[in-house]
Amino acid sequence: MTQWTLDPETRTTEPASLPKMRGENVNVFYGTKQALFDVNLAVPEHQVTALIGPSGCGKSTFLRCLNRMNDTIDIARVEGEITLDGRSIYDPKIDVVELRAQVGMAFQKPNPFPKSIFENVAYGPTIHGRASAKADLEQIVVDSLRKAGLYEEVKERLHEPGTGLSGGQQQRLCIARAIAVAPEVILMDEPCSALDPIATAKIEELIDELRENFTIVIVTHSMQQAARVSQRTAFFHLGVLVEEGPTSEIFTSPNDKRTQDYVTGRFG
Amino acid sequence: MMTAHIVASFDDELAKIDLLITDMGDLAQTMLADATRALVEADLPLAQRVISDDVVMDARQREIDERCVALIAKRQPMAQDLRAVIGSIRIASDLERIGDLSKNIAKRVGAVGAGPMQRRFSHSLSGMTGMVGDQLEGVVRSHVTKDVDALVTLRADDKRIDIQYTAVFRELLTYMMEDPRNITACTHLLFCAKNLERIGDHATNIAENAFYMTTGRQLPADRPKTDETTHTGS
Ligand SMILES: Nc1ncnc2c1ncn2[C@@H]1O[C@H](COP(=O)(O)OP(=O)(O)O)[C@@H](O)[C@H]1O
Ligand SMILES: [Mg+2]
Repeated sequence: MTQWTLDPETRTTEPASLPKMRGENVNVFYGTKQALFDVNLAVPEHQVTALIGPSGCGKSTFLRCLNRMNDTIDIARVEGEITLDGRSIYDPKIDVVELRAQVGMAFQKPNPFPKSIFENVAYGPTIHGRASAKADLEQIVVDSLRKAGLYEEVKERLHEPGTGLSGGQQQRLCIARAIAVAPEVILMDEPCSALDPIATAKIEELIDELRENFTIVIVTHSMQQAARVSQRTAFFHLGVLVEEGPTSEIFTSPNDKRTQDYVTGRFG
Repeated sequence: MMTAHIVASFDDELAKIDLLITDMGDLAQTMLADATRALVEADLPLAQRVISDDVVMDARQREIDERCVALIAKRQPMAQDLRAVIGSIRIASDLERIGDLSKNIAKRVGAVGAGPMQRRFSHSLSGMTGMVGDQLEGVVRSHVTKDVDALVTLRADDKRIDIQYTAVFRELLTYMMEDPRNITACTHLLFCAKNLERIGDHATNIAENAFYMTTGRQLPADRPKTDETTHTGS
């Protein structure tokens, strides 16, 4: 019975484990248009945090703040504080390339390089100098493919093009590519929106396994997916973080009327 | 107050489930009242009607189950909708049990028999039936009107039924000690009293579920249950 709800006393707004990342008073502008308003959100370590909300509410914008991908958009301006292990990632001393290795990303459409499966995964560790010997590199590639749940399917054809894989396999290849540089946090922006239900199920299972070694933030437009894969859920609406909490609460008894309307399919 | 769903048929499906619950609630109240009346008035045809009403009750419950299962599969309800569906399944099952217990009372009408003594004995159950009936009526009504304060009060009121049950138990025991010829009828009536007490417990479950459906919160854990009959007559 208790799995549908929690005692009033156990309701909490504080995440269960230490925050790996934290955004404080985050405001983002594209030119003069403000896309995020004073967002405060902690991302707890070794948990999956899901960002949900209607299209255009700022989910991807917030996700991109977490590894400074917004830097690549000329008109984007980010204000506020974003920390990784308590350290500001906007600190001038931070090496952005190194940051993006620590905070990796997988996108909506799988985007393998037009190279072999092996090279796709080996690329990151090579440029980051993670592998000194060829044998080390091979080990990293195999380990990463294993962790991404892809190795068994591709071990016979590591030197064939990554673009020849199915959509779901390509997405897991991109996740292997992110894993290969030993990140601490993995960001995923609607990673299943181009996949069929079976490929989606495999990615969801993978996300659950990855949680053991990584901290994960996922943007998803599927509420059922958020309910299945995440431990915490944050609901955004019109650039505002409306409500954040344990996933089980957000989907059974959210506090805010806007969250209720959105998760129950009542949004106008 | 409640915004409509983007998909209008979703609202219709939920409304239909609500309607079936209300129907079951009405039928449960009728069955309970008829069963006790049949007992007091030794009215076998009325008892028979309660027994056949139970078939209707079972069918309603199955229909609610099927509709809820289909709705979950089709719509994957969330938040208050999810609570409504899960809560409806549970309330329907409590109402169905109330139907069963009323039927069990009705089935004893023949065994208790007719006559002035039987009338006197079974009269002791009338007061308890009134209490249980009020409780059931209040719970079903407050569920429909989403009156959470009333639900909390009704839930606490169940202890009055427990106390009444103990009183009936003692009374029937006294009749049995007065004259061993009373034992058969009074034993059957004791089972009936126990059934009434159980109906009160199901009404309490309904109050708890209805509270959860509306608020998303669980009422604090079990209130202490008083069953003093274990210490009586020894
Ligand atoms: N590169 C961009 N240039 C200008 N405006 C943008 C850009 N990216 C996003 N926006 C605007 O910012 C708002 C939030 O967008 P986004 O973060 O992509 O939302 P979501 O991921 O929730 O759909 C939207 O109004 C969108 O039009
Ligand atoms: Mg987006």
